[in-house]
Amino acid sequence: MDTERIRETAARTALTVTAVLGLLGVILLAAGAPPLEAVKHLFLGSLGSWMKIAHVLTAWIPLTLCACGLLYTFRIDLWNIGVEGQVMAGAICATAVLRMGAESPLPGLWLSAAFPAGVLGGGLWAWLAGVLKTRGGVNEIFAGLGLNFVAQAILLWLIFGPWKRPGIASMSGTKPFEPELWLPTLSGLRISPAGLVLSLAALVLTGWVLRKTRLGLALKAIGRNRRAAFLHGLDPSRYTLAAMGLAGGLAGLAGTFQVTAVYHRLIPAISSNYGYLALLVVMLSGFRAGPVPAIALFFACLNVGSIQLPMMLHIDSSLSGVAQGVLVLAFLFFHGRYRRKHVRQPGGGT
Amino acid sequence: MRIALQDISKQYGRVRANDGVTLEIAEGTIHGILGENGAGKSTLMKVLSGYTRRTGGRILLDGRPVSFEGPAEAVAAGIGMLYQDPLDFPRMTVLENFSTGLAAGGPSGSQRRRLLLSSCEPFGFSLDPESPVGLLTVGERQQLELLRLLALGVELLILDEPTTGITSRQRNLLFEALRTLASRGKTILLVSHKLEDVEALCHRATVLRLGRVAGEAAAPFDTHRLLQWMFGSPPSPPPCVDSEVGRPVLRLKRVSAPGGRSGLRDCSLSLKEGELVGLAGLEGSGQGVFLRLAAGLTEPRSGSVSLDASDMAGRGYHAFRERGVTFLPAARLEEGLIPGLTIAEHFALLEQLGPVVSEERARSRAARGIEQFRIAGRPETGADALSGGNQQRLLLALMPSTPRVLLLEQPTRGLDVESANWVWGRLVAHAAGGACIVFSSSELEEIVQVATRIVVFYDGRVVKEVQTCDTSLEELAQAVAGKG
Repeated sequence: MDTERIRETAARTALTVTAVLGLLGVILLAAGAPPLEAVKHLFLGSLGSWMKIAHVLTAWIPLTLCACGLLYTFRIDLWNIGVEGQVMAGAICATAVLRMGAESPLPGLWLSAAFPAGVLGGGLWAWLAGVLKTRGGVNEIFAGLGLNFVAQAILLWLIFGPWKRPGIASMSGTKPFEPELWLPTLSGLRISPAGLVLSLAALVLTGWVLRKTRLGLALKAIGRNRRAAFLHGLDPSRYTLAAMGLAGGLAGLAGTFQVTAVYHRLIPAISSNYGYLALLVVMLSGFRAGPVPAIALFFACLNVGSIQLPMMLHIDSSLSGVAQGVLVLAFLFFHGRYRRKHVRQPGGGT
Repeated sequence: MRIALQDISKQYGRVRANDGVTLEIAEGTIHGILGENGAGKSTLMKVLSGYTRRTGGRILLDGRPVSFEGPAEAVAAGIGMLYQDPLDFPRMTVLENFSTGLAAGGPSGSQRRRLLLSSCEPFGFSLDPESPVGLLTVGERQQLELLRLLALGVELLILDEPTTGITSRQRNLLFEALRTLASRGKTILLVSHKLEDVEALCHRATVLRLGRVAGEAAAPFDTHRLLQWMFGSPPSPPPCVDSEVGRPVLRLKRVSAPGGRSGLRDCSLSLKEGELVGLAGLEGSGQGVFLRLAAGLTEPRSGSVSLDASDMAGRGYHAFRERGVTFLPAARLEEGLIPGLTIAEHFALLEQLGPVVSEERARSRAARGIEQFRIAGRPETGADALSGGNQQRLLLALMPSTPRVLLLEQPTRGLDVESANWVWGRLVAHAAGGACIVFSSSELEEIVQVATRIVVFYDGRVVKEVQTCDTSLEELAQAVAGKG
């Protein structure tokens, strides 16, 4: 029975991948790009040099952090669309701390303080959505989406208002921090070892928490059957807030990383849509931690590699976004079709 | 319209909901279909109204065989059904609801309005065309649905349990309307488990039991025979258990609460240690609401619930649970167990120690539970992979080992006889140990055999409360059917 299931899964995956690649080819053709050529450029543009690999990893880190957080919320059956705003809230809080540390004699202290601040900021932002849900019955999707707009507005207000560059406010963001407040990178490559270690630790920890701890079991139980879990003595509201807090904290960490290691300042697009992208990563991972690093890497490659496309093939770089969207939708479509076919039809009563 | 059902059968998976039902209904008569829950009444009506497709048999309308693909075809052929729960659009107005199904290009808005008002008149219904249907009472929604079906030219009207949840005035209005319709040549089928309704209204009645026709009679009816057909015969004398009853544990005083179809009204009961209380009544007569109130899962709208003489107002289920109250729902996989979690994980949920789950301890507890409760599964078996009986055993295994109050909703539903007996053995042992056990069941025989005290619910009220030794199956059956 188990080998049969593995075979079935393999067949289904092969079918899905083929269908998705076929679709991708069609899209590339429609955009006027030779598919093989485009794939080659995507590949070379993302993995063609150490520099490019470093770029990919720099995108991989926040993507993985957000995805780890979303594993908690998906486990309890919450759609934390607000992850995007949580990244921004984290970035804002981290920036606030770093601004206080400007010209301080102990930059290291302020840099390390920025991380808990970012985690707290993201966590609180998510917790807010959780409170809206548990106390007010607001669907977490709407709460999260609403809070995304609020976070974006606050971000813009800060950049163009209180935190604007001396002299001119601009879309390029706040004044960059002193290099002492930057997260250290490897010499020559813009890649932060601390960021890599942090995301790997987050991955391992998340996997462990979900599989081995009481919290993980409770989240799973509530996610699978809220009512029964309640009858067994679990408090769904409390765990909803806990999962939201964890997800937001990790998203806030991603935001802090964006500020301290990538942009060294607050910019309007500080989240780089990694929150939304992480939702796709987790969905494609089947809501499990194991496949997350590989799938996040794939999306990071796609993101970085597509920067090349306009120069090499004279097609728009937004094609990468189209490809990502199509990929995910096609995957979900085939996956959903499969599940619909195999879910038992509900029987009637008398 | 003359209706003949010949050898109708309907199978749901392995369940034969209708098993060769043959029935004739004369034009212009009111025909009752009686039976307990699960007797196959609703299924038969769904087959007749095109809602589900039959597995076998023939339907003849005025001698012509027909076959419907859906309710719309049945309506076109002149068969309309009033469902138990009104199938209307609560956000639309009365007039809009009335107009649904009327042919496009038919009467204009003002004509429809006049049509609605004029069709209200002969029956004494008063409906405001502009009122949203969501604000109407169940009785008014029923009146609207009735008028709508008549406007569609329905010749055969099927009513499924129409008197549940409506006032007695509305009931009288409805019955008067049905009599008028029958006298004008419409044929009426009344599906009910209420003897009084059938006796008050019907010219003939057919009793279904276990998917088959148990008997048929014409008015005036012999109540005794109808009851025998409904509940089976002969009624065995209940065995009497002399039980030691202790102090009261849980006390409900004049509680009312919404829920189910009838809600629960003004119910007072005191539950004592060592007692086995059986809650009888047709499904949805208030037993479910009662159990949920007693477990702290529902807040009473009025009245009070006290546990060990302390008022539990405003305290949730978890507070009840901490004091030894356990609730086992009837819907095992929907409410009781968690699909996707293994047996061991279910046991791990009960552990309250430390942040990390000890898999070893969970497995050994699960193994013990599996052995003790004879569950056909292993610790790593998913709860959803278990059969119904084994799911029930798992639920029982997850109970605290020394419960104080056990509230069980249909604990043996869907179990084979052996499993059911085993479950009762366990529960009786708990009662002997001083636990207070309250259970609902749709099987009167079962209640009589196990319970020390029996409470009968009818239409959201307690209509009978009696020690098992002081009653008979027939007396109980009457109370269940509303003739207490």
